[in-house]
Amino acid sequence: MPPVPALDVSRLVVRYAGDVTAVDGLSFSAEAGEVLALLGPNGAGKTTTVETLEGYKSPTSGSVRVLDLDPVADHARLTPRIGVMLQKGGVYPGIKPIEALRLFAAFYDTPEDPAALLDRLGLAGVARTPWRRLSGGEQQRLSLALALVGRPDVAFLDEPTAGVDVAGRQVIREVIAELRERGTCVLLATHELDEAERVADRVVIVDHGRLLAQGTPAELMSAVERTTIDFGAPAGLDVAALSAALGAPVVEVRAGEYSVATPPAPATIAALTAWLAEHDLPLGDLRAGRQSLEDVFLRLTGEP
Amino acid sequence: MIKRVLAQTRVELVLTLRRGESVLLSLGIPVLLLVFFSLVDVLPTGTDDPIDFLAPGILALAVMSTAMVGLGIATGFERQYGVLKRLGSTPLGRGALLAAKTLAILAVELLQVAVLTVVSLLLGWRPSGSAGAIVLAMVLATVAFAGLGLLMAGRLRGEAVLAAANGLYLVLLLLGGMVIPVEELPGALRAVARALPAAALSDVVHAASTAGAVPGRAWAVLAVWAVAAPAAAAATFRWE
Repeated sequence: MPPVPALDVSRLVVRYAGDVTAVDGLSFSAEAGEVLALLGPNGAGKTTTVETLEGYKSPTSGSVRVLDLDPVADHARLTPRIGVMLQKGGVYPGIKPIEALRLFAAFYDTPEDPAALLDRLGLAGVARTPWRRLSGGEQQRLSLALALVGRPDVAFLDEPTAGVDVAGRQVIREVIAELRERGTCVLLATHELDEAERVADRVVIVDHGRLLAQGTPAELMSAVERTTIDFGAPAGLDVAALSAALGAPVVEVRAGEYSVATPPAPATIAALTAWLAEHDLPLGDLRAGRQSLEDVFLRLTGEP
Repeated sequence: MIKRVLAQTRVELVLTLRRGESVLLSLGIPVLLLVFFSLVDVLPTGTDDPIDFLAPGILALAVMSTAMVGLGIATGFERQYGVLKRLGSTPLGRGALLAAKTLAILAVELLQVAVLTVVSLLLGWRPSGSAGAIVLAMVLATVAFAGLGLLMAGRLRGEAVLAAANGLYLVLLLLGGMVIPVEELPGALRAVARALPAAALSDVVHAASTAGAVPGRAWAVLAVWAVAAPAAAAATFRWE
C-alpha cells in the first residue's frame, strides 16, 4: 500500500452563498517533509482552500484529507497534529507574546519551549510587549510561533511574510527549512513569487479557483521557453542594421532597451556581442537565460 | 483537558484584570454607586438606612456587569480579531473554551462579591437571611446575563457590542431595582421591569438578605431567562 499523503485535495469545489465559486475543481497533494506553495494572485481561492483543509469550511463537492483525516468530521483528532497561521489576526490584542505562547503550549502534549521558540523567531526582546504594540512583522512572527509551538505534522501558513521586513523574512525561511528537515509538511499560501521560489519544494499555481500548473520551481521555469533576447545598450541604435546582422527583427522597446525576436541561441548572442564590439558600444543587462517563476506566473495567470 | 481549561481560564482572567475599563466596570462603578448613594441619601430606597437597599442591588449590578457587559464586549472583540477562529484550530475545543470563560466569570464575581460585601458592611449593612438563595439567584442570573452578552457578541462587531451592552447596562441599572426600587416606577414600566432578569435578580437578593419572602415570580423570570438567553445565543452565534 502506498503511503498516505499528508495533504490530499481531490476535485475540490467550494461555493459561497450568492453562487460565488471560490475553488473550482482543484486537486493536489503533499507529502511529509515537503514544502508546498499554493501560489496565485489575490482572490485566486488560496485562503478558501487552506481553510477547507483546516476544517473551517466544508467542501461543496470533492474531498480534502489531512493526515488521512476529514478536517471537519475528525476535527478533534486533527487539531493536536496541525499548526495554523491565519492570514490576519487571531491573537488577543492585550496579550504578551510569552503569555500567548505559554497558553498555546498548554493545549498540546509535547510542545516546544515557549521562551526558546520566541528566541528562535527573534522575538525575545518583545516577549512582554502587548500584541497590539508589536510591528506587523513581529505580529506575523508571533503568529508563526503559535502555529509551531505544538510541533505539528502539518503546518498551514497563509501569507506568512506579508508585511515582514527583510531580516524577518530570512528568519521565516530558515524556520520553514527546519520544519522540512523535521518531516513536517508545510502548506504555504502566498502571492509572492519570490517567497515561493525560495522556500518551496513544489509550487501549485492557482487562479480563479483552478489549477494552472504544478511542479518544482525548476520544472515550472523550464516549461516556458524564452522566445526573445533582451538587452540594454545606448539609446538610438541602428536597429535595421542590427536586425540584418542578426537575421532577426530587433526593436527598441524603450529608450536604451532592446528586444530581439528569436530564441536565445549561443550563435545569435555571439553575433549580437560582436556587432556591439564592432561599433564600440557597451552592453548592459543581457537576458537570455531561463525565465523566472514570475514570467511563468504572469503568463499563466494572464496578468499584465 | 483540565490543563487546557486552566491555562485558558488564567489568560481570560489576566486579560480581564489588565483592561482598565473592565476593572472600572466590575469594581469601580459598583463601589462608587454604593459609597456615594449610601452617604448621600437622595434615592427613594424605602429603607431607614439606604445601604440596606443599595447593598443587595449593587451585588446584582456586579453580576450583570461581569456576566453580560464584560463577557459580551470581550467576546465580541475576540470574534472580530479572529481569536475565536484561531482557537478553533487548536486542541482546546469549544466546550473547554466555554468552561474557561465560565470559571473566569465566577472568579471575577467572587472578587466583586467579597469587595462589595466588605464595603457594604463597613457602610453599616446588616444582612440577615438566606445566603443560599442569593448564591442560587446569582448563578441563574450569571447564566442569563452571559447568554445576553454572547447573543450580542455572536452577531455584532466589537464596537457595536460595546455600545449595545453599555446601553442595555444603563437601562437595566435603572429598571432593575438596583439603585431605584421597582415600586417607584410608573405602572406599565414596572410591569416591563418585572419581566427582565435584572429586577428578578435584585428582587431575590433584596428579599433573601432581609429575611423576607422571595417572590416566586422572580425565580420563574430568572429561570426563563437562564434558559432562553443562552439558547438564543447558541442558535445565532457566529465564530468568525
